[in-house]
Formats: sequence, C-alpha cells, structure tokens
Amino acid sequence: MELKKILVATLATTLLGAGVASAEQVKIGIAAEPYPPFTSLNSSGTWIGWEVDIINAVCAAGKLDCVVTPVAWDGIIASLNGQQIDAIMSSMSITEERMKTIDFSDAYYNTPAVIVADKSMDIAPTPESLAGKIVGVQASTIHQAYANAHFADVAEIRVYQTQDEANQDLVAGRVDAIQADSIAMAGFVESDNGSCCEIKGIVAKDEAILGKGVGAGVRKGEDALREKLNAGIAAILENGTHAEITSQYFTSSIFHE
Amino acid sequence: MKNWRALMQPHRIVLMALFVGFVIWCAIALRWDWIPKYTPLALGGLWRTIWILVVTTVMGFLLAIPLGLAQAVGPWYLSAPAKVFCTVIRGTPLLLQIWLLYYGLGSLFPQIPWIRGSELWPYLRQAWPYAVLALTLSYAGYEGEVMRGAFSGVNKGQLEAAEAFGMPRFTMFRRIWLPQAVRNVLPTLGGETILQLKATPLVATITVVEIYAVSSRVRSDTFIVYEPLLLLALVYMIIAGIITLLFRRFENRVNGTR
Amino acid sequence: MELILETLGLAKSAELLSLSPPGWGANLLRGLANSLQIAFGAFGFGLVIGLFGAYGKLYGGVVVRDLLAIYTTVIRAVPELVLILILYYVGTDVINQVSQAMGYGRVEISGVVAGIWVLGIVQGAYSTEVLRGAIQAVPPGQIEAARAFGMPPFMLMRRVTIPAMLSFATPGLANLWLIATKDTALLAIVGFSELTLETRQAAASTRAYFTFFLAAGALYLIVTLCSGAVFARIEKWSRRGQPSLRGSNK
Repeated sequence: MELKKILVATLATTLLGAGVASAEQVKIGIAAEPYPPFTSLNSSGTWIGWEVDIINAVCAAGKLDCVVTPVAWDGIIASLNGQQIDAIMSSMSITEERMKTIDFSDAYYNTPAVIVADKSMDIAPTPESLAGKIVGVQASTIHQAYANAHFADVAEIRVYQTQDEANQDLVAGRVDAIQADSIAMAGFVESDNGSCCEIKGIVAKDEAILGKGVGAGVRKGEDALREKLNAGIAAILENGTHAEITSQYFTSSIFHE
Repeated sequence: MKNWRALMQPHRIVLMALFVGFVIWCAIALRWDWIPKYTPLALGGLWRTIWILVVTTVMGFLLAIPLGLAQAVGPWYLSAPAKVFCTVIRGTPLLLQIWLLYYGLGSLFPQIPWIRGSELWPYLRQAWPYAVLALTLSYAGYEGEVMRGAFSGVNKGQLEAAEAFGMPRFTMFRRIWLPQAVRNVLPTLGGETILQLKATPLVATITVVEIYAVSSRVRSDTFIVYEPLLLLALVYMIIAGIITLLFRRFENRVNGTR
Repeated sequence: MELILETLGLAKSAELLSLSPPGWGANLLRGLANSLQIAFGAFGFGLVIGLFGAYGKLYGGVVVRDLLAIYTTVIRAVPELVLILILYYVGTDVINQVSQAMGYGRVEISGVVAGIWVLGIVQGAYSTEVLRGAIQAVPPGQIEAARAFGMPPFMLMRRVTIPAMLSFATPGLANLWLIATKDTALLAIVGFSELTLETRQAAASTRAYFTFFLAAGALYLIVTLCSGAVFARIEKWSRRGQPSLRGSNK
C-alpha cells in the first residue's frame, strides 16, 4: 500500500509539473545569489534591486510577459541554451567570447572593472603591484577571464562560485584583493561588512575581454525576442524610465561610454 | 580465457559495437580541441583529487576506530558523544558541512584580529585544510558507524580466551580485536572509498582546484558544456574501477594468508 | 522566553530566524518544503525504476541484464554532482527538442520536476540493487508455490514478492531515503532554491553564516531523525507475523 501511494504521488507531481508551456511567457534568468545593488533576495523571498526594476521596465516597454527566474550563475549560459530560461539579464557583459555562443541585445549599462583590497594594503590595479598576491574573482565572469589573462602569471587566482563569497573571503583575509564590477564594489565597500576595504583603482582597458557593456543574452538566432528587448531598452532609455530607476539606487549615471 | 568467451556472446558484440560507435560519434561530432590547452591543469586537478581522497580516507578511518570502539563498548560518556557525532555527520548534507566550516569559520576571522599574525594563518588562508577536515570528519562519521558493528561482531570467545591467557588489554586490542574488526569491514571499505571519491567534487565549491573544478574552468572559458562533463564522468569511472580492483586484490591477500 | 534568549546572546539569531520578515525563517521553511518534495518524488521515481530494474536483472533477457548492469555501474561510479549537471542541462534540452520535433511545442519543466527526474535516475540505480537483493532473499518456495497455483505474474508480484521482500528491503530503502534528502542539497549548485541554497542566500544577505548554516543543519537532522522513527515502524510492520531474525524481540 505504501508503495502504491508513493507511486501515485510521484506520477502526479511529474505529470502536473511538466505541462506544455503557457502562452508566450518569457523567462528572464538572473543569478540565484545576492548581487547588490543589482539583484538580491529579500527576507520575504522576492528578488529586488536595480536590475530587477530594469527587467520589469524593459519587458513592459517591449510588450513582453516576463517572469524572473533565478538560476546558477556558473551555468547560466547552459541554462539558456538548455531552454530553461529564454533570456539572461544578470549583469552579463557583451564579450566576443560569449557572442560565439549566444546573441546579445543592446547594452543597458556599462561600468568599469576595479580592484578592491584592504585599506592598509598598498595595492594598485597592475600586474606588478599584484605580484605574489592572491586575487579572488567570480567564476565565469569577465573578471575571471581578465585576471587569468593579465594577472595569472604573477598572482594566484582564486575562483568563487558567487561574488559574495569572494567578498567574504576578502573580509576574512583569505584573499589579498578581488577584481569585480565598480558599482557592485562601491556598494560593498560602503556597507558595514566591506568597511575594511577600498577600491584601489580601475584595471587597464582590454575591450576584447571586458566587453562593451551589459546586455541581455538570448539564444542564437532568436531575433524576434532580441528585437523586442532592444525596443524595450531603447524605449526606457529615451523616456527617462532608465534614469529614474537609476536615480533610486545610484547617485550618478551608470552608463559610461 | 573464460572471461574472453563471456565477452564474445553475440549480444555483447552488438553492444560493444554500439558503444564503439558512440565513442566514434563523440570523437567526431563533439568538440575536443580544448584538451591540449587544459591538459596540465587537468593533471594537476587529478593529482589533487587523488591526494585529497587518499589523505581523507586514511585519516577518516583512523578516526573511525575510536569512534566505533567508543560506541561498541565505551562507557556512556564516550559512547554518547560518539553517537551524536555520527548521527549529525550522517544526518546533514556534506555540502552544508563544507560551507559551514569554510564560510562559517571565515566569517569569524574579522572579529579575531590576532589570527592574521599567528603561525597557523598561512594554512587558514588556504582552502584545502578545510576541505581535508570536512571530508575526513565525514568519512569518520560514516565509517565509525560501520566500525561499531564490526567491533561488536568479533567473537566474544576469542577475547575471553586472550584475557584468560593474561594478555594485556592493549595487546589484545591490537592483536585480536582490531585485525578481526578490520577484516569484517573490508568488503564494505571499497564501496565506502568510492562514496568518498564521489564526495570530493564538492570541495570545488570552496575554491579547491581539483579535477571537477578544472572541468568547470573549461566550461566557463570556452562555453563548452557537455564534453568536459562527459570526460570527467569517464575519469571518475576509471578511478572508481581502480579502487575496486585494488580493494579486491587487498581482500584476496588478507583472506589468503588466513 | 525572550529573556532567556537575551541572556544567552541569541536574541539576534532568533530575530534572523523568525518566520515573518525581517526574519528569514519562512525562506528556510520554503526551501525545506522544496527539498522534501524533491526527495519524496525522487525516492518514489527511484523505487519505480528500481522495481523494474530488479526484475530485469533477475528475470530479464541477456541484453536487458547487460544494459541494467551498465546503468547501475555507471551511476554508482560517477559523482552525483557530475550526474546532476549532465542530466540537468542535457535532460531539459533533449526533452524540448524531442517535443518540438514531434510538433508539441516547448515543454515547461519546472525546477522541481527537473530535480525529481535527475535525482530519481540516480536513486534508481541504488534502488535496483537494494530491491534485487531483497527479492533474492525471499524464500524461492513461496514464489514457486504461487506459480504452481497458476497465479499470473503481476498478481504474484503484488501479492507475494513485494509483501515478502518488504522486510528485507526496508533497511536499504531507509538508507536510500536519507541519501535522497541529502542529495537534494546538490541541486543548490544548479541554482534550484531548496534548503541549502535558501540558507546560503540568507547567510550571504545577513552575514550570519553560522546561525543559518546551523539552523539548516538542525532542519536536516530533524528530517533524518523523524524518518528514522517512521522507517523503524514500517520495518516492524513489514515484519509482523515473521519469526524474529535476531532471536529475541527487543
């Protein structure tokens, strides 16, 4: 009898869960990790932040029925190509390397990459200064690619699953420096938790690796969705929604050319 | 000769042909051009996986002996903590234990400023000591439970006989009790070690660069998803196969000298 | 109550763990519910695979037996984490492509269902071995007797083999259930919000790593201990009417 109940329950969940897709709902993938001030989970279980607001605004302007879907950052492109999500809007930079696998919409923000370290440490964002140090980066990011290309010869690169873990190990002193996005880091060093540390400067330009700003990623060839996202992004940049949302989170523009 | 004939049955030839076909298809249809570039990294990762596996199984087993003994015959003030330890280790996910050790302890460091000046600091900064500790405790927890059964399973009469001959308690333990308990658990030890092998990739989540982490690196650098994972699965199968063979030989030798 | 917490210095932790915001307790419990749902589904799905697998291994043809041997060997030799990644990313892709090729359009696969499938396939390999051993432990005379009376195979399985093997299978199955609950934690790596990922998110957002990891550990432990009690009763129930194996009834 026990067995039968388990059987029925399994079949029921399996069948109920795997229905055919409803209407044209677009699943926008974000990284399932706190990445303030862009995306973070609050204690009532909803995702909030600048990027979540932007997603909603872009979808409204582009006439898309969107649902924010958290997935693992480290497999976000695999999730996109595996059709678990339909678009990535998770602070993903538009790079040549990624363009080989997926397509991107136009950029909706662009910020430089910085090195952050303890206030007492004399560190500059150069290979010479980082020689012999341990540098933390998040996996599958432009920062990992950049650090591997520019710092790996002289420094030890330590790779974390989430940005927050890298921040945590900087605070704990297990890494000497981390490389990450300037806005996320500005928020981090201002917080109580990051008060130990400061931004040491912007890393040297390398557009091939660091890319041309952050855009929404879509599967190759899905031009209809890409056009709609582009239209949405253009609309909110034009009608001031982008600036309005930005002003709620930041004191200056986050669209550096 | 006999093994050879078993393989030559018609359906097995068909299965093997299908398998060879699958391998050829994989070799041609999938992308493997990334392999040369990542070979040095992969070998380093493989070495670290094996190293962690060997160290944690040996240390875990040594820790499991007192844990099993305490539970089997210890007084309550030894057996109760041992039992609680085994229950907690076996009752919670290893991933959670690893994160608790690494990030939980790490979150305390800023509150203890002198720790950065201490002699242990160079080790505390690395990830592998936490990985080794977590995996050792885990193996000890599971194996401690097995050892409890093994110690209880040793024939009482032999122990009584040794006692009657006036053998000191420690000699009795070393010469009679422990060897028989170990022989009792030997058939399960290979399986437990394979389980431990399968637990090693979890330490990649705390920045230890073992073979799984290398495959993640390939994925994040090249965006190739399946090929590194398939190769990784093959590597683990080969290691598991070697472990099985080693333990079988070991078991045969132990039983042969009886 | 509050005074006790205050004196123990646990007021902060209690606030963080409270069920209503700003506490994160509700998130943890939702994660636990997800974990249990997946563990339950995967265990059940694994049992179904295991039952067919065990029958296939014992009574199937040579090809079926070889294929099942490959399945159980491969699954048991490769780390669950690697299997989960392969099955999670490949699985949905393949299902969608098949469905599109057949003209059904895209299939919506929720995280829960994907988790159940992935862990179920892993569990199936272990279930196969447990159930095979249990079926073999049933005295062959009982099955032969039923056959001699002309009982059809399916009824034989339902009326004789399964009830008779249940007592042999229960300890192994109890172990598998515990593995299922703990393996759900691995889905955190693919970003599914079960208990471990919810815990990590709560810990990262509040910096209270110890509080949340210990709380999650306690939740897992409660599940383990409760399941232990339930399985002990099932085992006792399945042994009813059988002579005790251990000599005296304890």
